[in-house]
Amino acid sequence: MIDIEQQLREAALDLPTDSPSLAERAAEEGLLDVAYSSVDSPLGPLVVAATPKGLVRVSYTEFRGEDDVLEDLARRVSPRVLEAPAKLDPVRRELDEYFDGRREDFDVAIDWSYLAGFTREVLRATASIPFGDVSTYAGVAEAAGSPRAVRAAGNALGANPMPVVVPCHRVLRTGGALGGYTGGVERKEFLLRLEGRLL
Amino acid sequence: MSVNLPPFQALLEEHRTDVYRFLVATAGSTEADDAFQETWIAALRAYPKLRRADNLRAWLFRIAQNKSIDAHRARGRRPVPVATLPERPSPSVEDDPELWARLRALPAKQRTAVFCRSVLGMPYEELAVLLESSEDAARRNVHEGLKRLREELTDD
Repeated sequence: MIDIEQQLREAALDLPTDSPSLAERAAEEGLLDVAYSSVDSPLGPLVVAATPKGLVRVSYTEFRGEDDVLEDLARRVSPRVLEAPAKLDPVRRELDEYFDGRREDFDVAIDWSYLAGFTREVLRATASIPFGDVSTYAGVAEAAGSPRAVRAAGNALGANPMPVVVPCHRVLRTGGALGGYTGGVERKEFLLRLEGRLL
Repeated sequence: MSVNLPPFQALLEEHRTDVYRFLVATAGSTEADDAFQETWIAALRAYPKLRRADNLRAWLFRIAQNKSIDAHRARGRRPVPVATLPERPSPSVEDDPELWARLRALPAKQRTAVFCRSVLGMPYEELAVLLESSEDAARRNVHEGLKRLREELTDD
């Protein structure tokens, strides 16, 4: 008697595997809630993610693994998370230009809607600190409308979901000490050096 | 109560090859690309509304089975120009090994049951969820499908 299951398993090995891509069609159908891609940078690989409204995430892969970042996006934004490098081309280009010293301000849209309350205010205030300039935790707390909430401002900056693009590296301690940085203080130093604030 | 659904990309990476092979085997290579996209787009559409994160594979293959059935129907309706009438029903059948052509000739549930059990090694419990049937019915579908394939291939 022939072993039909064995035949099926063997024949299945010859079936094609080169399935068509999905992201473009998903976007056309309005189902691409979160597009992400990895981007190389002098600070190591980044994961960047955007909704149809704008950027929602920039993350140092070496600091927090890609799977972890994607799971967080699935929980906070939408589980419709797909890899779609073409959707992130504008961010990729702007980051390349920035790291090459050819760009000072980011023009890509930011989707602020997943940030609540004070965190959002602090990060918006941070986003308006110009290239080459710096502020302090007290300064952004004040700009966010709560001058006494310095510690809370520090927490909001530590939870910045879009480092580099929302330049939390430009926020220092009063008196000029660097302060902390999610992603490691050596990255903060690198960025401040790139912007001419550190030798 | 909400469930923690994995990022859709994780689901896609885990199952895309199996789903594609299932569709080539059960719907034909010509139909597989469209059916593949239809499957994943339908899954993506329904995904955030899922209430449970277990049995995602069974859920996904149930969608794939439906798209495979749609592709079958579409092929049945497709007009064939008389001047170039092929000797066999469709080019996609001609391209593939006879085994898959035989599989495609089985009733839909048997096609799914045979592929998912014999090729993917799917447990009967999961297959029952996929087929929305009892475990016994899932077993019968596998058994009947395999029996028919065995008979047909032995006859030749």
